[in-house]
Amino acid sequence: MSDLSEAVVTASRLIMTLDADLVEVVVLSLRVSLTAVVIAALIGLPLGATLAVARFPGRRALIVLINTLMGLPPVVAGLIVYLLLSNSGPLGVLQLLYTPGAMIAAQTLLITPIVAALARQTVKDLRGEFDEQLRAFGLSPFERMQTLLYEGRARLATALLAGFGRAIGEVGAIIIVGGNINHLTRTMTTAIALETSRGNLAMALALGFILVTLALLINILVLTLRPMRQHAGLYGARF
Amino acid sequence: MSPVEAIKKGEDSRRTGTVLPIEGHDIGLVRDGRKILSGASLSIGHRPGATVLLGPNGAGKSLLVRVLTGLLRADSGRVTWSGTEPDRKRIVRIGLVFQKPVLLLRTVEANIVFALRATGMPAAGCAACAHDALEKAGLSHLAHTSARVLSGGEQQRLALTRAVACQPELLILDEPTTNLDPASIAAFEDQLQLIRAAGVPILCITHDLGQARRLADHVAFMHLGRVREVMAAAEFFAKPRSREAAQFIAGQIVLS
Repeated sequence: MSDLSEAVVTASRLIMTLDADLVEVVVLSLRVSLTAVVIAALIGLPLGATLAVARFPGRRALIVLINTLMGLPPVVAGLIVYLLLSNSGPLGVLQLLYTPGAMIAAQTLLITPIVAALARQTVKDLRGEFDEQLRAFGLSPFERMQTLLYEGRARLATALLAGFGRAIGEVGAIIIVGGNINHLTRTMTTAIALETSRGNLAMALALGFILVTLALLINILVLTLRPMRQHAGLYGARF
Repeated sequence: MSPVEAIKKGEDSRRTGTVLPIEGHDIGLVRDGRKILSGASLSIGHRPGATVLLGPNGAGKSLLVRVLTGLLRADSGRVTWSGTEPDRKRIVRIGLVFQKPVLLLRTVEANIVFALRATGMPAAGCAACAHDALEKAGLSHLAHTSARVLSGGEQQRLALTRAVACQPELLILDEPTTNLDPASIAAFEDQLQLIRAAGVPILCITHDLGQARRLADHVAFMHLGRVREVMAAAEFFAKPRSREAAQFIAGQIVLS
């Protein structure tokens, strides 16, 4: 039997039997990325909404910065967090380097700009449509912002899923700040990198399969979240 | 607290402060170097019935109303609500319906509940109150439909129902039927007549002479950023004072 088919069989067995090592790695990956998404949402949603609604000095510069950070290469994000958390860095006292906490920080840095930029665009679009009516309801600026975020909930959820997709599939940042330590900071992506280089293709393949399945699930979720209204025009179209 | 008490309490808190009459003195508004309003004065809400704000496109009708309702700050002149400066708390006493209905991505009923909550009504009383309003408007069969899938006519009637549910002291409509077909216009005007009969003062912006004749007890005629005349509707249509008003009634285009 070839290496590949052998690897496929072993990978299936690892998944079917819920291999302890495999489960540990998957659970840690989910924990790190989901936590990063929650933190990114807590920072990015209000930040994006504020940028859409408020006018203050430095606003344009902040928007340019966020748009630039959207394309931040993961390894650079890892490097920045590494420098911040290293013993000589400003946050060295936290002793977070080579812990899941450091990986959460790195992924948060990666996806907060995405969430903030998408939240800004969403709230900006909705504001044009709703602002006058909401002011006619006598709502305060804060209440208006809350309402706009709620009205854009489907698109914002899509933004969070996009952030999660980037976080869970990312390897460059977390391998720098997490170190890929077995039983401590080994996630799906870092494990795939390691196991492939070691020739342990079965484990790498099993993890790869789980990652792709996750990506599929996220995309299905995004589709179902999209408001029906946007589809309506397409159904029944002759041309 | 029982729902009835809750409603009563809600109504009490909403009744704090009155906005009538709304008065604009010598309002001026400049946009991109163009004088859109210059010396416009209008007082509304001090008499019952429907006042129609009539005038050609570009006369400044919509902007004058936005200034009077506090949605827009004028460059000059003075606006008072019941003799004092406009403030955000009291704007809920004015029911506003815009040319394009702005509905939230929620059910028909939830749209009304949202507006009621904004007026300060406690949550407990809102559903019953919304139900009541929909019933009166003949829209209760749509209560649990998503507001965004309604037809244009239904959406505008919902916007009207929502505004009236909040028990405004004055209802202001900005060309509410411009985008509607004749049948929807008729349905909308029927609902509006009921509201007028119930004694709510109405200010309706329109450039549709037919609609003005059907609705108006009084007419305020605007031209080139000023209110040119305010008088009883019958008198206005029979014997307008200004040449521009006469031309407008005659269907001759009065470009600003």
